[in-house]
Amino acid sequence: MWKFIVRRILITIPQIILLSVLLFLLAQAMPGDALSGLVDPNVSLEQKNALREKLGLNAPWYEKYGEWASGLVQGDLGQSFRFKMPVSDLIEQRMINTFWLSLATLIITYIIAIPLGILSGRYNDTILDSSITGYTYIGFATPLFIFGLVMLWVFGYQLQWFPTSGSVTPGLEPGSFEYVLSKAQHLLLPAISMALIQTVSTVQYLRSEIVDTKQREFIITARAKGASESRVYNKHILRNSLLPIAAFFGYEITFLIGGTVFVEMIFGFPGMGQLFIESILLRDYSVVNAVVLIFGIAAILGALLSDIILSLVDPRIRIK
Amino acid sequence: MRNKLLEINNLKTSFRIGDNYYAAVDDVSLTVNNNEILGIVGESGSGKSALAFSIMGLHTRAKIEGNIFYKGQDIANISPAKLNKLRGDDLAMIFQDPLTALNPLMRIGDQIAETLILHKPEMSQKQRKERVLELIDLVRIPRPEHVYEQFPHELSGGMRQRVVIAIAIANRPDLLIADEPTTALDVTIQAQILDLIRELKNDLDSGVILITHDLGVVAEMADRVAVMYAGQIVEIAEVHTLFENPLHPYTKSLLNSVPTEGQEKLHVIQGVVPSLQKLPRKGCRFAARIPWVDASAHEEYPELHEVEPGHFVRCTCYSHFYFPDESKEAYAHGNS
Amino acid sequence: MAILKVNDLKVYFPIKAGIFNRTVDHVKAVDGVSFSIEQGKTYGLVGESGSGKTTTGRAVIGLESIYSGKVMFNGKDITNFGRKNSALRKDVQMIFQDPYSSLNPRKRILDIIAEPLRNFENLSMQEEKKRVQSLLEIVGLSPESILKYPHEFSGGQRQRIGIARAIAVRPKLIIADEPVSALDVSVQAQVLNFMQDIQKELNLTYLFISHDLGIVKHMCDDIAIMYKGRYVEQGTTADIFNNPQHIYTKRLVSAIPDINPRNREKQYHFRQEVQREYANSYNDYFDSEGLAYGLQPISDTHLVALPERG
Repeated sequence: MWKFIVRRILITIPQIILLSVLLFLLAQAMPGDALSGLVDPNVSLEQKNALREKLGLNAPWYEKYGEWASGLVQGDLGQSFRFKMPVSDLIEQRMINTFWLSLATLIITYIIAIPLGILSGRYNDTILDSSITGYTYIGFATPLFIFGLVMLWVFGYQLQWFPTSGSVTPGLEPGSFEYVLSKAQHLLLPAISMALIQTVSTVQYLRSEIVDTKQREFIITARAKGASESRVYNKHILRNSLLPIAAFFGYEITFLIGGTVFVEMIFGFPGMGQLFIESILLRDYSVVNAVVLIFGIAAILGALLSDIILSLVDPRIRIK
Repeated sequence: MRNKLLEINNLKTSFRIGDNYYAAVDDVSLTVNNNEILGIVGESGSGKSALAFSIMGLHTRAKIEGNIFYKGQDIANISPAKLNKLRGDDLAMIFQDPLTALNPLMRIGDQIAETLILHKPEMSQKQRKERVLELIDLVRIPRPEHVYEQFPHELSGGMRQRVVIAIAIANRPDLLIADEPTTALDVTIQAQILDLIRELKNDLDSGVILITHDLGVVAEMADRVAVMYAGQIVEIAEVHTLFENPLHPYTKSLLNSVPTEGQEKLHVIQGVVPSLQKLPRKGCRFAARIPWVDASAHEEYPELHEVEPGHFVRCTCYSHFYFPDESKEAYAHGNS
Repeated sequence: MAILKVNDLKVYFPIKAGIFNRTVDHVKAVDGVSFSIEQGKTYGLVGESGSGKTTTGRAVIGLESIYSGKVMFNGKDITNFGRKNSALRKDVQMIFQDPYSSLNPRKRILDIIAEPLRNFENLSMQEEKKRVQSLLEIVGLSPESILKYPHEFSGGQRQRIGIARAIAVRPKLIIADEPVSALDVSVQAQVLNFMQDIQKELNLTYLFISHDLGIVKHMCDDIAIMYKGRYVEQGTTADIFNNPQHIYTKRLVSAIPDINPRNREKQYHFRQEVQREYANSYNDYFDSEGLAYGLQPISDTHLVALPERG
């Protein structure tokens, strides 16, 4: 098993390098460079070229990439064209916000998915199952950005149960109880909105796993042993069905990234997703680049996490 | 001393397809005594596995009519809780495919121990483990301590089938149902597993229902044999009688289609086994496959006839049957 | 003349291990197998799972890559031809074990049977249709079924469709890999009879791979017994069944259930006896790795894997 995990981790290294190279080349292809925004527009072309030469901007791409990558490793994500400040400073607080939002969403996703999936799978082809699958179909069909707007309008503006934007009420002392509470309150509505949509794929997945496992032969063996239906479900069907769900966990993270982009925009939540959209609109390429890189790395690590979880819980992989 | 262990009366197991119910097992009656192996032979679609599942109450969506008396108690019509008390304890089953019959995520030891937990809750954990090791040893798996901790995928097919058998015999069942227990295995392993089942039957004084499509396995193992075709028993007899004096056309045809010494051409049964939905509602179900036999030879509602003590044959067509390559006269002559 | 000659065939599968998945060793699936088949004969290859019998068949037809050794067909070396050389490939066809998964469920019978024709022959649509219809007639199916799909047929019928596909291009050699083991007894009889009939009609040669000794005995002229990638015994059907020499062959023969219930006791004792002999003389028949020795002739037709004398 250790060999498997080590090998799996080693694979992520070239993946991340490839991702960074691709991003770098894309950034190079964008019009303009670091100089375009920095110098006075009246500076002559020859002077600019001289400056470029001096700053190493005319060096071949791989040299520039090496420089950029070594900066990355040290946490230097470059300068924001717009805000004239290091991208890393710009991203730090937003990353923390997005992390909490994602975590809350994940937790709510599973709180919804596991009981619904189990009920739907266990009592498949009943009215209960039909209503749960009905919900999942609606979930699949509803675009998150519309659903988010509806949620915002109903619970934020009409009922006023939740704040309608921001990540915390301004003026609170960071670290105080009220501050944490306010953070949580700001998180909740976007997290619930995202989870309600996000969870449907997990519900469906769990349902079909259970329906599948129910028909496996070892379930008949268990019944022939004299196990009661509830024991058959708890000891055999559930365990075997939850395993692929555990493996699915890592990929869930990838879906979350897509979700946060919409949700943060709609709820005015200062996170990575919002930053991403804003930077695109402002053509702040170095920020876009950094955000995409972080999203990409998160996705790669998510897949890694999935495989590691699976190798830990599935004896068929574990023993190898 | 042989006691009647199981008595099945007019069992009918039907499945719903569309708006109608179709009987996969139709009007089956049989008995099993202790220390006896009843072989049930049939091809796919004959209903032999559906019969085994009916006895064990393992059908989840089937309509079961008739009675299955186990030691006088009708197990076709009892509560799930009462049935669960019997299953795995008094009644046990060995399944066909050892590769799928075990939970892939559970250790071998835990899978065997589960039957003990369910039926012998008074056992201490230590006693239970000892018993499991004893069982693993009993089915002749080497290194019980090691296998106890292993997962199914680490064992070969033959070893897994032994585990399935260990689970079945954990509580010394009185009735053991073996559904094609060796079909998925190599011949040398098959011989070992069959010997094991026979020894267990003698040691535990159990009754065994051995379901198979392999006539050789039946000839070697069974005391009595029931031949099933299209959901019904067409012939049932003591094993020597059945192989030496088969009467039903299907039994005869089946025996002739197996390669034996000095046989040039194998017998081919015309046509195909009818699907569940296309079964004739009345008349002999085998009639369509022996079209050269006169229609008047069959009964309208074929019944089992006792032609000699303990030897039953369904439908009257057996007394008029001949193979197409032997002439009718020669047949009549040879049997007169 | 031998239509197929296999010389010291070896098929090795790599075992990969370690973090970088390097090949550390090989599984010797087929480890030095030699045999030849005469035209029009049926040669049986018998063994239990993992014996290498199927791998041997697949290697002959080019579905496995050969590690070393030689495969000669009609006097021509076809060892490394893979599946490319159409002229030779056309003459060797295969029938697969599972009639349920070897036919593409989304293709019509016409397309399934015509596939080898399209690969090897240039026929017009009309000619092709005619050929397929006549092939269906040969295998005893209605020519109208060309537009049906595999699921509309029973197991035995599907296996006959598989046979029709195999004989479509008039091959000389057919490799039949467990052609009836997925079928019911009565359907088995139908397919086996049919295989014998077309063998006579088309002067076919069979390499018949099976684990069922009863069927092999019925079908084959010569038989080889394989164990862990090597031959343990080879001979005529009579040699193998009436005079088995190797302990493994005896074990296999003794394990076949006898269809006569009167022989039950006899068979049981025979089996016990062979088991005892197997336990006592294991070292006389297998080397230190548990593999069979090289073959030694004990008669013109009969070869047994025994340690070299002296």
